[in-house]
Amino acid sequence: MSDWSEATLERARQIIARYPEKRSAVMPLLYLAMAEEGWLTDHAIEQVAELLDLTPAQVQSVASFYTMYKREPVGRYLISVCTSISCMLCGSDDVLHAIEDEADLPAGETDDDGLLTVEHVECLGACGGAPVVQVNYELIEGVTPEKARELVRWLRNATPAVVNTDEMQELFGGRRSFDWAIPTEDGAVGPYPAFQPYGTVGQDRRS
Amino acid sequence: MTLTTSFERPLVVTKRMVDYPNDSHTLERYRATGGYEGARKALGMTRDELVELVKESGLLGRGGAAFSAGMKWSLLAPARPAYLIVNGDESEPGTFKDRQLIERDPHQIIEGTIIAAWANEVNHAFIYIRGEYAKPARRLQAAIDEAYAAGILGDDVLGTGYRLDITVHLGAGAYICGEETALINSLEGRRGEPRLKPPYFPAAIGLYGQPTIVNNIETVSNLPHILVNGVDWYKGLGHPEDTGTFMISLSGHVNRPGNYELPHGITWRQLFEEVGGGIRNGNELKMWIPGGASAPWFTPEEHLDLEITKGAAAGAGSMLGSGAVIVMDETTCVVRAAERVVRFFAHESCGECTPCREGTSWLEMILRRIEAGQGRPIDADLLLDVSDNINIGLTFPPRQTTICPLGPSATSPIMSIMNYYKDEVLQHIELGRCPFS
Ligand SMILES: Cc1cc2nc3c(=O)[nH]c(=O)nc-3n(C[C@H](O)[C@H](O)[C@H](O)COP(=O)(O)O)c2cc1C
Ligand code: SF4
Ligand code: FES
Repeated sequence: MSDWSEATLERARQIIARYPEKRSAVMPLLYLAMAEEGWLTDHAIEQVAELLDLTPAQVQSVASFYTMYKREPVGRYLISVCTSISCMLCGSDDVLHAIEDEADLPAGETDDDGLLTVEHVECLGACGGAPVVQVNYELIEGVTPEKARELVRWLRNATPAVVNTDEMQELFGGRRSFDWAIPTEDGAVGPYPAFQPYGTVGQDRRS
Repeated sequence: MTLTTSFERPLVVTKRMVDYPNDSHTLERYRATGGYEGARKALGMTRDELVELVKESGLLGRGGAAFSAGMKWSLLAPARPAYLIVNGDESEPGTFKDRQLIERDPHQIIEGTIIAAWANEVNHAFIYIRGEYAKPARRLQAAIDEAYAAGILGDDVLGTGYRLDITVHLGAGAYICGEETALINSLEGRRGEPRLKPPYFPAAIGLYGQPTIVNNIETVSNLPHILVNGVDWYKGLGHPEDTGTFMISLSGHVNRPGNYELPHGITWRQLFEEVGGGIRNGNELKMWIPGGASAPWFTPEEHLDLEITKGAAAGAGSMLGSGAVIVMDETTCVVRAAERVVRFFAHESCGECTPCREGTSWLEMILRRIEAGQGRPIDADLLLDVSDNINIGLTFPPRQTTICPLGPSATSPIMSIMNYYKDEVLQHIELGRCPFS
């Protein structure tokens, strides 16, 4: 029997109900599992398998295919730096180095406090605002190496409960891909996308 | 953005967000600007009428392959249920147009989805959004919730008795899931690996083995306007062979990068000078990628005055693909640029086919060592040899040895730099360093 909270199980049931076949819910449930446990522990994989009548191996084979499912502990803030072609042309390698240096972490690693993870990623779909960084999949466009250092310090010192894209763009961003125009109130609370019904504001129950 | 251009710039899919920047995403604004009238009209038509109308409009898919939308719909097999998937996986480097359409005008996508769903006798549609688009996905879901509450979705769409549900499905960081059969596997809860063809179209056998239509976000965003304003109006925009407008995502070394909705048929020179505001720092243009990372590159000497149409791009050995134009100025090292593009494909290879899995990694490694000054005299030929194993004869479109076009896409930058900048590649090897560093 599952040991997830009744609220989480209820959300899982709602997600499953959105699909004609149960198995289709594996991707959203993997996100839900990350929101529940912080990263995809073996236990999380087993829980998802049980909910979907799959084997853990089937769930694991899906989890291992996608880069956003983390099978190792991830920091509270996942800093993803795009180094694909358009960002590279606009200086993303310097942004990545600045972040690695300020966070004192090579890309791909998490610090000992479990606060920061740094990774370099492929195109984030914001190439007009290159170079581009995301924190917990919330976007900042037009980042300079100096601003990138400030971002790292801010995450360390302010430890925002919710990372909000407009706030970060205002503090650390520059040129945008297009006029965002419409402000965003909500944001991410953990290293997984903030999207209903998993992981939007106030739903992070990690201790 | 206000732009002054020597050509007319009719706006279709970005008009509302330009006119009403602060609330173009709300149902209230959408309705006040003619929203859902196209769907109303469509719901009064038969499937055959709609397929014919969209065929007649000349609307081509905006996801990369530029296949006739109406033609695709006409291929739907008779079995039911049928499914519709709207493809918002948008992960091709350089491409960010769908993101703007989702964030700034989500109801336009919902209305397009209703039209496409009704035309294909679908009661359950999925919108697949890449996982990194958390904010766009929230916007879209909020609009969908609004639409349900207003009786625009659900059991009685716009009071007609038609039932349609839309589920937003988030990807999880795999470019290959943009390929329609990989997307279907992903949506079924499997690894996102492309399926063997035939069947060539999911319209025959797709999601859960049922007939399935896959259309891009921008493609469906055009539908309400075609319904409301008619085929003649749509054909009157742009170019006789390539109707309507299209979104270009302009990035790299231009003064004004961004998304621009443009009529087909302007020239690349007009794009860079009038729309892009020229090359940064007054530098010389060196080359550009005309249609996303998969497309062979263009050079100013040969291509600057070509018209931007599907046909002209194909005639010059490339494509408009996803509408991503990546501009590189004279300070750009072609080896480094090619390495970045090839690295993308190596990273995103799903690993099903050996030429792609092994070949793309080899190409990345060879480019990396050339750039690091450790290239060997045979490396230039080796690049072509490895590429030839993924794309026999090094043609475009490729004669692929693989299940999907991803692997052969990695040969586009190789062909481009070896065609136009072979001296620069060889110079790296002779000097034992990158001449730009
Ligand atoms: C490797 C690969 C990646 C693709 N990625 C996307 C994508 O991100 N978005 C998209 O709409 N189409 C993408 N496509 C094209 C889809 O397979 C499909 O043709 C398209 O979604 C159909 O919609 P359309 O006819 O409206 O263009 C990709 C194709 C390939 C081969
Ligand atoms: S070509 Fe590459 S990405 Fe496409 S199916 Fe084969 S291995 Fe996968
Ligand atoms: S290349 Fe960095 S966001 Fe597209």
